Amino acid sequence: MTNLSNKRIRPHQTQNEALLFEISSPGKYAYKLPALDVPAVDAAALLGQTHRKVSAELPEVSEIEVVRHFTRLSTWNYAIDLGMYPLGSCTMKYNPRVNEVVARTEGLAEAHPHRPDSLAQGSLEVIDLLQRCLTEITGMDAITLQPAAGAHGEFTGILLVRAWHESQGNARKKILTPDSAHGTNPASAAICGYAVETLKSNAEGGVDLEALERQVDGETAALMLTNPSTIGVFESQIARIAEILHAKGALLYMDGANMNALVGKARPGDFGVDVMHLNLHKTFSTPHGGGGPGAGPVACKAFLEPFLPLPVLVQDKSGTKHWNYDRPKSVGRVRAFYGNVGVLIRALAYILANGPEGLRQTTEDAVLNANYIRRKLEDLYELPYQTGSMHEVVFSDKRQAAKGVKTGDIAKRLIDYGFHPYTVSFPMIVHGALMIEPTESESLEELDQFIAAMRAIAQEVEETPELVKTAPHSTRISRLDEVQAARKPILRWKQTA
Amino acid sequence: MRYLPKSPAEREKMLAEIGVASIDELFSVIPAEHRLRRELDVPRAYAESEIIDYFKAAGAKNATDYTSFLGAGAYRHYRPVVIDALVQRGEFLTSYTPYQAEITQGTLQAIFEFQTMIAELTGMDLANASMYDGSTGAAEALRMAMRVTGREQPVIAASVHPEYREVIHTYDRHQELPATVVGYDRETGRIDLAALEAAVSEKTAAVLVQSPNFFGVIEDIPAIAAIAHAKGALLVVSITEAISLGVVRPPVEADIVSMEAQSFGVALSYGGPGCGVIAAKEKYVRQMPGRLVGQTVDGNGNRGFVLTLSTREQHIRREKATSNICSNQALVALMATIFLAVYGKEGIRELAEHNLAKADYAAKTLSSQSGAKLLFNGAPRFNEFVLQTDESAAALSERLLENKIVGGVDLGRWYPELKNATLWCATEVITREQIDAAAKVIAKQPVEA
Repeated sequence: MTNLSNKRIRPHQTQNEALLFEISSPGKYAYKLPALDVPAVDAAALLGQTHRKVSAELPEVSEIEVVRHFTRLSTWNYAIDLGMYPLGSCTMKYNPRVNEVVARTEGLAEAHPHRPDSLAQGSLEVIDLLQRCLTEITGMDAITLQPAAGAHGEFTGILLVRAWHESQGNARKKILTPDSAHGTNPASAAICGYAVETLKSNAEGGVDLEALERQVDGETAALMLTNPSTIGVFESQIARIAEILHAKGALLYMDGANMNALVGKARPGDFGVDVMHLNLHKTFSTPHGGGGPGAGPVACKAFLEPFLPLPVLVQDKSGTKHWNYDRPKSVGRVRAFYGNVGVLIRALAYILANGPEGLRQTTEDAVLNANYIRRKLEDLYELPYQTGSMHEVVFSDKRQAAKGVKTGDIAKRLIDYGFHPYTVSFPMIVHGALMIEPTESESLEELDQFIAAMRAIAQEVEETPELVKTAPHSTRISRLDEVQAARKPILRWKQTA
Repeated sequence: MRYLPKSPAEREKMLAEIGVASIDELFSVIPAEHRLRRELDVPRAYAESEIIDYFKAAGAKNATDYTSFLGAGAYRHYRPVVIDALVQRGEFLTSYTPYQAEITQGTLQAIFEFQTMIAELTGMDLANASMYDGSTGAAEALRMAMRVTGREQPVIAASVHPEYREVIHTYDRHQELPATVVGYDRETGRIDLAALEAAVSEKTAAVLVQSPNFFGVIEDIPAIAAIAHAKGALLVVSITEAISLGVVRPPVEADIVSMEAQSFGVALSYGGPGCGVIAAKEKYVRQMPGRLVGQTVDGNGNRGFVLTLSTREQHIRREKATSNICSNQALVALMATIFLAVYGKEGIRELAEHNLAKADYAAKTLSSQSGAKLLFNGAPRFNEFVLQTDESAAALSERLLENKIVGGVDLGRWYPELKNATLWCATEVITREQIDAAAKVIAKQPVEA
């Protein structure tokens, strides 16, 4: 395959491992229940017609096989713990191990959500402190920590927008989303019953103020804006954008996916944002875990506070904390219980580890890293927009595409150099986008290795484009047939005859 | 800051390479009036040991030495230690959604195994990669049924978890889709079949029931399915206590099952994160929300797994997607997968039978105290039961708390017609001694130390 030009990686063996169902055999087991201290029951007699007669075909394996199975599977994954994971918009930063330790603190991890508030004061204290930290960081007035992830936060935030408009006599009909927005923005607006209208970006990839003035009308409920934008650029006209919206009675919703560029440097509450969500699994270091769980708190200005989802945390004069359900204007419940509290604990641990200076320094380093990569690659990769980058930089594959090599190919080739790819083909306003977000967690050495890899690939595109187009060459499996997967979906294992 | 891998000299060097004099020059794109000119007002930086001390102190403020009979949608079960040992492997913990299949086969194969196990347990053809939780999953399952049927109105059992019903209301109130609520039989606690039959019409998209329901009672799924299907409506079954599937007949007549899988090895954690999941009949797969992992082959014929059918999803379809969900509960689904691998085919049944035995003993023991009786004794139940006492739920709770026992959930909060009724749960981790101690309090006898 390869004359890798850096010394970052060399191949190593990985074990093959079948599906659990294929290593199962009857009579093996990995559990032992304690002796039953109450009379055994005849399940068939107790349950009658509702008794399960045929057991589910779960695997039968021993404990060592369980441990080896999942350990072997784990070695097939790339992870932040292995190296740079520059997925733009995803903020793949270091996930501190102390977060995992404290989330498992006995009194917190074992707390049942229905226990009386008086026996949950510790959990409530953690929630309260995180609420106060996040309202300060965002410059907003109130917050709910309940949404389970970013998209759930968007849904909740737009419900607040809708409830407020309703209280003004008209729920309004449409939500504006820029063509550079995450797909969740229009999807969330649609779920809240709004028509979605796309706002075309201007030549710099930002909000086109004239188009905005044209499109905002008396039926516009809000603009959902990511700031910094998905091309990593701060909307310097943000105050004007807010003005245009507010003049027509519309609100400014901020998708806080890119908050890692702002913490400690600027606050959405100070530049006209009415309501926003945060992604704790991005900016606040809680692990992505292969796709979740996340947490998507929604922060808002005071005028939206009465509409926050149920319940809301309050404190009485003695300092005792309670959940308050007596909130007649509330949008209602957005989920059972109080949120992904285990994730909230991790986010608070991160804030405590950093302190004010650490949070600011983190943001500065994230922006420093992205600009360093930009500087070191802009001679080889096309920069579609010249505006200064914040925490991520977006190139296009224009020059490489001339050789028949697309952003997806370059991404796959990066794997051979020991890196996770950047975000491919997003945002959609950039044709053939390479969206690179290094985060603050990368050392200069790691960044230089990444830059060397990207430069080597650019050279390969010139000299041996096929090598790039058929990458990766070093993985357990090569490119998978996604068309076949979708045409005849096999979504579960089945015993073959 | 100890998480930041740079020396001051390296920062200077990088700034020089970029060609700026200071870091603030890189932030000059933010208009000056919007820049924060002070440090944030958050607590000072803590040492690692201080962080641990802070959370230990918080944990201690949550009572830890109480016996708890709480269930009602969140269940305490023993968690085998290999779960935490394995999910804390950085390769699982610190990886992203497996979009790059070549370097995420570990996550993808584990999700494929999860999907298979959930399909097996629920009696459905297939399952997705997870939803946020049981409540949002139930709301999304109803939306899915609406897309399948092209109808808008759900019929919902009053015995579905009240918080789930509230969430469904929040999801649907802006779609002008009035839900009809069907009550329960006062003898059995099961859905009132006659009322259900009257409520279901040609406009009904789906009937939503929970089983075991909020009172712990197992519903007659075949009878409910027949009523729903007779009018062309789908049946959606919500399951909050996943362990029940070890011994309770799966809802094979359902079209969609929405389950909260927290019972499969996930800590209570004050109610989240849990692990929602939607399972369904194969013919509805293209209306499924959330991620799906499918099996395929690579260029050399090797088996591999990929995220598939993504044209349903928001990153492709935007406002026309089946759901706005992006992040799900992947790591929690992995916990459930490991839990189910540990217990396996025989273990899940034995575990469920232990729950059945503990709850049966608890129900009989507590209800045989003077002034106490069982409600809904006319239908089978799993590990929860409703106790009715002469004493008010609040007064009983107070006396139990004095004895370091958290008793059943007060049902009067959601069902005012159920006077002095509390919902109790006894899983395998409850001991006979604890049940007997609670019985003594109910009987107003002093409990020995």
